[in-house]
Amino acid sequence: MARPADRRPGFSRRAQYGIFTGYVIAVAGFVAGAGLLIVSILNPAAFSSVRGAASELARPAGEAGAETRAAGQGVIAAIGAYFQAGQQNAALSREVAAARANALTMQALESENRRLKALLGIVDPVVKPIAAARLIGSTAASARRYAVLSAGSAQGVRAGQPVRSAAGLIGRVIETGPGTARVLLVTDPENVVPVRRARDGLPAFIEGKSDGRIAIRLINMGVNPLKPGDVFVTSGSGGLYPPGIPVAVVTQVLHDGGVGHLASDPADADFVVVLPAFQPAAAAALGASQQAAGPAPDASGGGNGI
Amino acid sequence: MPLTRFPDLPHIPVRPEDIVPQRINRAPSPWLASGLPWISIMLASLAAFSPVIASAPVVPPLAFMVFLAWRMLRPSLLPIWAGLPLGAFDDLYSGQPFGSGIVLWSAAMLVMDSIDNRLLWRSFVQDWAVAGLLMTAYLVLAAALAGLAAGYPLPMVIGPQLLVTLALYPLVTRLMALLDRIRLLPLSTV
Repeated sequence: MARPADRRPGFSRRAQYGIFTGYVIAVAGFVAGAGLLIVSILNPAAFSSVRGAASELARPAGEAGAETRAAGQGVIAAIGAYFQAGQQNAALSREVAAARANALTMQALESENRRLKALLGIVDPVVKPIAAARLIGSTAASARRYAVLSAGSAQGVRAGQPVRSAAGLIGRVIETGPGTARVLLVTDPENVVPVRRARDGLPAFIEGKSDGRIAIRLINMGVNPLKPGDVFVTSGSGGLYPPGIPVAVVTQVLHDGGVGHLASDPADADFVVVLPAFQPAAAAALGASQQAAGPAPDASGGGNGI
Repeated sequence: MPLTRFPDLPHIPVRPEDIVPQRINRAPSPWLASGLPWISIMLASLAAFSPVIASAPVVPPLAFMVFLAWRMLRPSLLPIWAGLPLGAFDDLYSGQPFGSGIVLWSAAMLVMDSIDNRLLWRSFVQDWAVAGLLMTAYLVLAAALAGLAAGYPLPMVIGPQLLVTLALYPLVTRLMALLDRIRLLPLSTV
């Protein structure tokens, strides 16, 4: 097939000028885009208001998609459960028996804990969630890992607040619009979470690898004490994330750390909860220092003594 | 071997042309004829608001693929500066640093123009190869820009996405060819 010859203007001066102007606008667009790109790399929050307005426009579509996702997963889970019913029943019966024994132990421990705390005069601050919302969109085609939340500043969501699902940490809010907010997922390389091993409090920090997995880096170098299956929870250092939220499970042990998968896959989370920033003052100071010093992975993890 | 025909099967009106019975005194609606490419590309940009919350970049860059498919199917339909507004719209939803879409889409339009001037003939395989080169360059550069914005070296995570993108491109061109027939339906009275 020969290419169409409709780009040839002939002798019409007007058509020739039209084509020339097209090229000028195209090259000017390229240059303007490069300028905007430099601005947005130097100052990532530069176009947040435009992005917020765009997310507001697309919100109905996203909410419909989120509901479809929940329904679709229900159907698939129901079909899967049908095939594994017998096997699953036996396994679950065993698990329930074990869990019942554990629950009794837990109740005893909890009452003892309460009694001891009352003796010491410790008052637990009650963390009241700010909003419950759905994840209505994500940047599925880009190497950056953002998600869009269906709650915004009208619901009290502010930048810097952590987002979690029932199973674990999802990420933190970085931009808010009136009815939507942009969440930096834990799997984004820019997101660094200070954590400790749930079993013994071994300090580490977690960095996204952008491919769905996360890198676990230890604070104390030397012998690597990680084992596959170790669970890491947030440690509360840095003041951003409240302590005790599950983040990752180790799947692969490397010589200086490990690679893990998320405790809570954002695709499985039907509803997520926005929590208040653990220590807002510390979070603000952290944000300011990060903005001043550029992206330094140790700023929120290793630098302030976990 | 030629495909066998089944003459006793009932006629299924699958062609878009069959929707409009009357053709005399009719012309394509100007709004649809010039607006459908723009709308389809913008809808593909909105595919970020998909039911899947991805933990890794797995979804192909649908908007850029649709954009390339229109450019290959109808070289003069999108003006050469179309990368400026469409790339800016894509940047709002793609999660890339704002401006990367404008730069890459404008560059793709200029490169396509220069390729059209050099290759005088078109074929399916050649179109696929050219689109493959452009999409590979787009994905690698977009990941590099995202890595620059995150202050993190380019993660080698776009491999699976690249393969899916290359394999899906002919399908996208078929879909755009179908949309092109819908675009030219004689809907308005002359």
